[in-house]
Amino acid sequence: MSEGRTNGSSVSTTVLGADEIILNMGPQHPSTHGVLRVKLKLDGERVIGSECIIGYLHRGVEKIAEHRSYQQFAPYVDRMDYVAAVSNGLGYCETIERLLGTEAPPRAKVVRTILTELQRIASHLLWLGTHALDIGALTPVFYCFREREEILKIFEKYCGARLTTHAFRIGGLQYETYDGFEQDVKRFCQNFDKKIDEYETLLTENRIWVGRTKGVGVLTAEDAVALGVTGPVLRASGVKWDIRKAMPYAAYDQYQFEIPTRGTGDTYDRYIVRMQEMRQSRLICLQAIENIPTGAIMARIGKVLKPPPGEVYHSIEAPKGELGYYVVSDGTTQPYRVRVRPPSFINLQAFDKMAKGSLVADVVAIIGTLDIVLGEVDR
Amino acid sequence: MNHLIPTAIQQYVLPVLYGIVIVAILPLLAGYIVLMERKVMADMQARLGPMRVGPHGLLQPIADALKLLIKEDIIPEHADRFMFWMAPVLSVGMALLAYAAIPFGPVFQVADLNVGLLFILAVSSLGIYGIVLGGWASNSHYSLLGALRSAAQLVSYETAAGLGLVSALIWAGSLSMKSIVEAQYDRGDWFIAYVPVGFFIYLVGSIAETNRAPFDLPEAESELVAGYMTEYSGFRWALYFLGEYANMMVVASIATTLFLGGWLRPFVRYHDHFPGTSVELLDIVPSLIFLFAAAYCLRLVPRQPVKIQRMVMAAVAGLCLVLSGVMAAALLASPGVMAGIHGAFWFLAKVFAYIYGFLWFRFTFPRYRFDQLMRLGWRFLIPLSLVNVIATAVAVVVSEEWGLHPLASALIMQVLTLGVALWLAGRGEEPAAREPQVAEGD
Repeated sequence: MSEGRTNGSSVSTTVLGADEIILNMGPQHPSTHGVLRVKLKLDGERVIGSECIIGYLHRGVEKIAEHRSYQQFAPYVDRMDYVAAVSNGLGYCETIERLLGTEAPPRAKVVRTILTELQRIASHLLWLGTHALDIGALTPVFYCFREREEILKIFEKYCGARLTTHAFRIGGLQYETYDGFEQDVKRFCQNFDKKIDEYETLLTENRIWVGRTKGVGVLTAEDAVALGVTGPVLRASGVKWDIRKAMPYAAYDQYQFEIPTRGTGDTYDRYIVRMQEMRQSRLICLQAIENIPTGAIMARIGKVLKPPPGEVYHSIEAPKGELGYYVVSDGTTQPYRVRVRPPSFINLQAFDKMAKGSLVADVVAIIGTLDIVLGEVDR
Repeated sequence: MNHLIPTAIQQYVLPVLYGIVIVAILPLLAGYIVLMERKVMADMQARLGPMRVGPHGLLQPIADALKLLIKEDIIPEHADRFMFWMAPVLSVGMALLAYAAIPFGPVFQVADLNVGLLFILAVSSLGIYGIVLGGWASNSHYSLLGALRSAAQLVSYETAAGLGLVSALIWAGSLSMKSIVEAQYDRGDWFIAYVPVGFFIYLVGSIAETNRAPFDLPEAESELVAGYMTEYSGFRWALYFLGEYANMMVVASIATTLFLGGWLRPFVRYHDHFPGTSVELLDIVPSLIFLFAAAYCLRLVPRQPVKIQRMVMAAVAGLCLVLSGVMAAALLASPGVMAGIHGAFWFLAKVFAYIYGFLWFRFTFPRYRFDQLMRLGWRFLIPLSLVNVIATAVAVVVSEEWGLHPLASALIMQVLTLGVALWLAGRGEEPAAREPQVAEGD
């Protein structure tokens, strides 16, 4: 498999100059966000070449799918991007629903939208905390986790699990919302705006923060599109592309929200874009919670799923970018092939381009700003 | 009192005694600074911090030290064994040596050298060898990069910090640590009032010198794992740690002595007495502080969940009570004893306040990048400190030649220096906006 190498310049085979050293960052390193291994070719502290080596967390998720029924595979997708399990579940359930030619009832769609947007906030909070920690700000991570905890509590009350939630089922929802769900979400969203202000006071105009992120890891719009980068990384480069608007799914066509974009495509822009996205997600939740339709939460699809032979590609806007599922059915109870298009994996390809010419300190900033989850990169 | 003790004892026995006290107490103190750091960090991050080992984590430093003592001692393969062993010892030894010239009070000082400040600066700069050699001897890239960063950082910032000190020296007119404090007593104001800009420069420089955040690049966890300490573990690592905190106390002591009035209590010029006695009003403050601490601890006693924790908390309350009593008793003792005990109290209080500033910055700011660090040092702090020295010299001359009030002339010149600082800071913006590729560094 060529997935073992994600970019061209193979560091291990090049001849070293007199002042050059090779630094192995990871797979055990405090800020590679899991088990990413980056081989850096350094001239002093300047990066002149890099190579990402992945696969340390490969579990063969796609292959497992071929030996499970459609419903049995649903919990597995939670383990890909484990900090945004709800989004993974939504993508998978909607894909299989398309394969079946059915649709979730309106109530289920709205609840799905609310939970997915909360998950986006939770994922961005985790990113913000760890990214700030990488750059040396020790405090924001605790504030972020404080708010993330609120979201996880809502998940826990809703479906019993906090992280790998398996919140949705093919055809709708397993559980009705609990009593007080609306109030919980509303209370969180109403307080959350002030909390984002709090994070921004610590970072947005901080001279050191701006110095560490402005002009670091620049990715131009052309490069971003050519590399297939999606999500906040793409939008920070100035490309206004968000699947929630472009190809609406769940209940996104009912709500008003903006797609934040920036122009330069540096680390600071990506930071601003994600901060604004959290505010937008909060607005979506507030709109959705006001008007949850009543009715069934599950479509009538039967216990044994046998989709007609065929194939479907469906993608959603996960917190990290376009999360796509390509599912082929051969008419049996098990999928013939499931292929996942993980945003982290594709976004990681931009690393070499962004890191070249920067300093070692920038490398951790760039890994952080790409917001990768190795569970999703390796699957 | 001094005439009661033979000169031979005064000259040879007492300094040795002081030295032993310092070496015995300092590791403990460093351990408790770590606890203070963790508690302050927890407070700023909406957490509780250590709570389990002893009431409110009061025994945590002891437990940590014991754990490190009994850990396996690992020397990496291909490391230079002698240097690997030597480096942390050097780091701690130099930090401890610097205490020899620091006056913890008018009495408590191992040696009052006439070049005291130079001695402290020289010895504490030697501590960098501990870091560089340790980084080199570990035979690891992370350690080496950490050591390189540390060396470059120390060279750049010691210049600025030293020039910051010079501005206070101009007003003091002496290098002896004792005379510097006495000069502040004579003037009736701490030197921070005369050279606030100099104090600021030294504050920044000293944070960088001790490798504390936001200048903690040599041990930047997210970049270099643990920098020069990466390969160290167990007690060697503890020695490095001790060295770092001892160094923090050295720079805090220098700042205290030069800018914050050393062992003098705040409001030096006020000498109002209690009616009918020779006890000054403000001198009861230390006693009251300890009394308050004792009351606070006593209030916490019944809230402790376990019996042993209640006992430890009560013991701490008792200790505070005893200290309060000592502070009060000192008021009635001879002036020499009184100045010694209260001097040590105020000195340590200021040192801790200064270190609190270090902690505050650490938990508020992100980390500088190496080239930005160098730019701040060479393009902002060093020019500013040179201007500050010239301005201070002018202020001294103006006040002496034309009879202007020293404080007034000092402040006028400081405002001018501040103007220069603003101009320098504005100029510093330009390179930050440029592409990082053109940034100089390394």
